[in-house]
Amino acid sequence: MDLTFSERETAFRDELRAWFAANDPGPEPPHVEELHYAWRRDFQRRLYEGGWAAPHWPVEHGGRGATLTESAIYFEELGRARAPLPANVLGLLLGGPTLMAWGTSEQCERFLGPILSAEEIWCQGFSEPEAGSDLAALKTRAVPDGDDWIVTGQKVWTSGAQHSKWCMLVARTDPDGPKHKGLTYFLMDMEQPEVQVRPLRQITGEAEFNELFIEGARISGEHVVGGVGNGWKVALTTLMNERAGLAFFLQVGLRRLLDDLIDEAAARGLLDDDVAADRLGALHVKAEILRLTAYRGLTAVEKYGQPGPEGSLTKWMWSESNQELVQLAAELLGGEALVAGTPWGYELLRARGNTIEGGTTEILKNIVAERVLGLPRAR
Amino acid sequence: MNFGFSDEQQTIKATARELLARRAPFERVRAAAEERRYDEPLWRELCELGWPGIAVAEEHGGQGLGAVELAVLLEELGYAVAPVPLLGSALAALAIEHAGDAQQRALWLPGLASGAMTGAFGGARDLIADADGASVIVIVEAGAPRLIARADADVEPVDAIDPTRRYARVSGAGPELGGDVAGALARAGAAVAAELVGVCQRALDMTVAYVSERRQFGVPVGSFQAVAHRCAQMLLHTEGARSAAYFAAWAADAAPERLAEATGLACAAAGEAGVDVTGSAIQAHGGIGFTWEADVHWLFKRAQLDAAMLGGASGHRIRLARAVAARRGGVAA
Repeated sequence: MDLTFSERETAFRDELRAWFAANDPGPEPPHVEELHYAWRRDFQRRLYEGGWAAPHWPVEHGGRGATLTESAIYFEELGRARAPLPANVLGLLLGGPTLMAWGTSEQCERFLGPILSAEEIWCQGFSEPEAGSDLAALKTRAVPDGDDWIVTGQKVWTSGAQHSKWCMLVARTDPDGPKHKGLTYFLMDMEQPEVQVRPLRQITGEAEFNELFIEGARISGEHVVGGVGNGWKVALTTLMNERAGLAFFLQVGLRRLLDDLIDEAAARGLLDDDVAADRLGALHVKAEILRLTAYRGLTAVEKYGQPGPEGSLTKWMWSESNQELVQLAAELLGGEALVAGTPWGYELLRARGNTIEGGTTEILKNIVAERVLGLPRAR
Repeated sequence: MNFGFSDEQQTIKATARELLARRAPFERVRAAAEERRYDEPLWRELCELGWPGIAVAEEHGGQGLGAVELAVLLEELGYAVAPVPLLGSALAALAIEHAGDAQQRALWLPGLASGAMTGAFGGARDLIADADGASVIVIVEAGAPRLIARADADVEPVDAIDPTRRYARVSGAGPELGGDVAGALARAGAAVAAELVGVCQRALDMTVAYVSERRQFGVPVGSFQAVAHRCAQMLLHTEGARSAAYFAAWAADAAPERLAEATGLACAAAGEAGVDVTGSAIQAHGGIGFTWEADVHWLFKRAQLDAAMLGGASGHRIRLARAVAARRGGVAA
């Protein structure tokens, strides 16, 4: 057990900090869709030019071949610098690694570069109106047409679709098979009239998510990833990457928000009050446990090649703690935290999505119960 | 950054788990608890193996290992709810080692390490584990520990709700320990937190086994989400407490400048998890869990006394919040 960083890891962190010091992302713009998105896109371009867009990618694909711990440090530093998640986060964290695992060398050659540079933005077409938590129930159909595929269906909760060139799309190619079989993973070109994007206005007033209406869109046979009928397995790779990669960014985000709240509470003398201090302390305990547990998860992966029980817990811990934190801010800061357009006002609303997006807490508990604890399948 | 155990630590863990599964099954715990006594043959065996002295320096007859090894061992003793006076001896030895002087170390540590003597450690107004029969007791009053030899101690045995150990209230005069008092208190907290993690893990394992087997409405009750989600929550608490307890044990050995905060974290997390997880275990066992015959109550009772020893999660949280604010340059002290 050694909970310090190696010289190499410290050097990696120092280099990154120096880079962020010279490349200040500036203040976060208000959550007005175009403004906020442009900030994220521009900052990714700067990361790309500095060679920091995806350190976790292998060197041959334009990354730095960072270890898991270095990758964790990267996300910690990104958060500490108050930098945004890159605009193409889905391509960087999900699409790229999925292609590296399942794609052909031609696909890697064609797609990876523009993901890194934010030249081509990616979105994820998994969920459907009738296939949310039950993803394998999806109904979007793809039928062969010569070497191509013709796709018809509807997707929902597609973040960033309005900016995207490519969509990681899972569609049913064999309607007669069992529901987990007969799915295929495609890369769909969003720039065709058969794909219509309709923004979903969320409770914060902004539209991060969209509905996709797909009416006979065409996908080249060259854009099948991992083989026809193998879509469930390929999609799981994407989802595993989603959960592993973000944990450290989220962890630091929670820490940063908590430090902000502690500062504001201290400035108002609220730390002298035992009840307020107790509740802030409870959040501090949760934030620290999240950080430590995320690192324990990395050790498990590095040592045993797969996540241990703690790996399933971080997203659940983070989302509940984040909600608790913004709610406490509303209570401690009162009306000030409830003004529309202010950071606390925004976070209070946005946090309600945390326990839903990327796997609801209820589904995560089912997964923990069944796969970690080995309980009988829940009903 | 590596949270993994060394080969030696893994061997200690596996050996302890295996030995205690054989020597301290619940029948033995129950027999000792119902007669309000320790399991003497087990205690002698553990002494022969050198367990009480695992973290005592070699020059005083111990094994000279660290806080992590002690945590590993205590986690397994907590898992077994073993009815032996090891915790009290280990805590007294920690206090004397870190806060005592050379003479006190030479006088008490060899006996505590070999098991020829037993020790106890606790607050002046608290129920002190393993104090009844202890040769030496370290009492903490207003943050200051003092060492009381058996002959000078006024020991009032108390029948605590946890019958797997002997508890007592203690008073008496003795020399104050003038060494690294903060370090000694923090190490004791980290050790108790480790025991609680083991108690939580046992409660979780028993609950998962029970709800997988117990059937109602034609299916295992563990297939109902209300039950399954409770078990998932138990895991979340247990793993969170474990992360904090390991961090504190590591800090005790390798990063003393982080020990105070790490221990505060471990005490807050383990105190809360211990009470919550063992209470949940009773609930998930249904009516059976409320009976004397089922064994989950030993865990609940041990967790209550251990959590009390840690001094209440709320106090730790308040101190942590103020420490963070002070570190960030806020106005709170």
